Amino acid sequence: MSSAVDFGPTNQAAPNPATQVEMYRRMTLIKQNDEASRKVIRSGRLLMPYYSPRGQEVIPCAVSVNLNDDDTICTIYRGIHDMLAKGVPLKELWAEIAGRITGTCKGKGGPMHITHPSSGAMLTTGVVGSSMPIANGLAWAQKLDGSRRITVAYFGDGATNIGAFHESLNLASLWKLPVVFVCQNNRFAEHTRYENCTSVDQISKRAAGYGMPGITVDGNDPFAMYAAAHEAIARARNGAGPTLIEAMTFRFFGHVFGDDDSYMRKEEKAEAISRDPVPAFRAKLIADGIATAEQLAAMEAKIADDIEEAIKFALSSEVPPPGELLRDVYADGGVA
Amino acid sequence: MTSQTKKTNIIAAINEAIAQAMEADPKVLVLGEDVADREGGGVVGVTRGLSTRFGDDRVKSTPISEQAIIGAAIGAAMMGYRPVAEIMLMNFTTVAMDMIVNHAAKLRFMSGGQTGVPIVIRMLTGAGIQSGGQHSDYLEAWFAHTPGLKVVAPSNAEDAKGLMLSCIADPDPCIFIECVRALGTTFEAPVDVQPIPLGKAKLVKEGRDVTIISYSDMFLRAQAAAATLEQQGISVELVDLRTISPWDKETVLASVAKTGRAVIAHEAVRSFGVGAEIAATINEELFGALKAPVARLGAPFTPVPFSNALEQHFLVKPEQIIEAAKATMKVAAPTSVN
Repeated sequence: MSSAVDFGPTNQAAPNPATQVEMYRRMTLIKQNDEASRKVIRSGRLLMPYYSPRGQEVIPCAVSVNLNDDDTICTIYRGIHDMLAKGVPLKELWAEIAGRITGTCKGKGGPMHITHPSSGAMLTTGVVGSSMPIANGLAWAQKLDGSRRITVAYFGDGATNIGAFHESLNLASLWKLPVVFVCQNNRFAEHTRYENCTSVDQISKRAAGYGMPGITVDGNDPFAMYAAAHEAIARARNGAGPTLIEAMTFRFFGHVFGDDDSYMRKEEKAEAISRDPVPAFRAKLIADGIATAEQLAAMEAKIADDIEEAIKFALSSEVPPPGELLRDVYADGGVA
Repeated sequence: MTSQTKKTNIIAAINEAIAQAMEADPKVLVLGEDVADREGGGVVGVTRGLSTRFGDDRVKSTPISEQAIIGAAIGAAMMGYRPVAEIMLMNFTTVAMDMIVNHAAKLRFMSGGQTGVPIVIRMLTGAGIQSGGQHSDYLEAWFAHTPGLKVVAPSNAEDAKGLMLSCIADPDPCIFIECVRALGTTFEAPVDVQPIPLGKAKLVKEGRDVTIISYSDMFLRAQAAAATLEQQGISVELVDLRTISPWDKETVLASVAKTGRAVIAHEAVRSFGVGAEIAATINEELFGALKAPVARLGAPFTPVPFSNALEQHFLVKPEQIIEAAKATMKVAAPTSVN
């Protein structure tokens, strides 16, 4: 990261070798899936709004390896990485993106509204900031249940300037909810640079205003991100309340597929891409003797096959029948 | 067998319904500004006693944070709870419209039926008590225009209790409108109120000449108008809609098919209001059977004013309902042109 931010000590929990490999697997899945998505859109095989998460892979992978299957997440339209990291199955995900009946939401939600409760993926919202108030509700239920389940709310830096962020942090802190707020600070709110729309130099400072711990961490450093997530999740699970994590990262592409990203500086983008966290972590795993190049290559090939298969499954699936238009408006079918 | 009745009011009726639901189902929760007893049990006391009886974990006062209130209700509902959220006044739903319209209403559909949002959003509203332009609006048409929401507006204590029981049990988000002017009114209601199905109007009085359709507070004015019309020899059939969405087309159309005349009255501004939807449906379904154009009454197209002098002109008066009904009686049948 090209940042003067002091990320503080990183002497906390470290992922064990198996977890490191799993983090890499999920990062690779997200990276390859993004490449496949852009290819499919470019080829004209699918038409959809696409918000690339490329460059932000580490964050949800480091978070989700600290989560249990029955922990829940809420994310936003740039959230396909969060969904994949939590375990939303590729085939249903692709079928949803393709608007098919076999999709997670029968093709009625689309890429901005992926939902897959059996993976704990409860909500993808298309509205900036709206993952947080609902994440509080999930966490409130988990607390009332007396369970040790927790919820993670993902959102971007732009979302910290909308009222829902402030209302949500206040309530979560007041009610000591088992929720972790993970801000993926990719330096841009749509097209506007961070410093041109945000009143503080670090979003984590806003946590103090709500009486909760706030930490800024290098979100592209798998170990630092893992440690921050580990601590915040443990705090939530142990009933000590919420944490705000500001994970510094960089969006490799424009806001939405097809925008010319002229508002991004070429040099900073090139620099971020040169520090691509996925191949960097791959090299580290090999250098540290955690995995061999052959093992990782086999893993990557398997992921490529899985994605290819998911795309085939999606594109060969049926579209929803017209009756689906009126189904699920209400539990008992449509009423007018 | 005669069922026992008692004198009660809408506040007590809703309180009883929520308490009954909380007693029967530990998943029923209450949240909102000032709803716990420490804060007085709600701005007019609808939730009074509930936190003492069911505990502070299930009855939670919140900050003045409407998005956070509805968001918390939505999330808990997605996990199997049944939150009853209070938004103090209907105008304050505007602060939480993203949560209500983009999320509560749509999550079932957008998730392909995987996540439901069984919440009740309670709110007070109504003009006539000099609360001015931001504390008095009837905004039911906005919510009725939103697929995924149900909209309920009782006019009396029995319906308030029966409909609240049904809203809490309903698997979908319900907007529950409490009419401010009638809050203190004493009603005779059964001691044992059963849940009243949503989407079912009440044929309050049968008549031959004209059907008057209304709901919420305005229904009480419609009822007063009907009594006067009866004294003047006009036989009125009176329908209390009770649920605005989904509305009971069957009951309304059957009544208007019989009388051939319809007057719709509501407190909200007339333009683009619920009355327009009902009138259009009557015209579509009963064109040949109508003896007069469908009349609809609502407030003029203006914000609710403060001054009592103006506010009284804002609200539809019983006299206007009487006039409208009489006007439908004076329409001559069209002569056939050969």
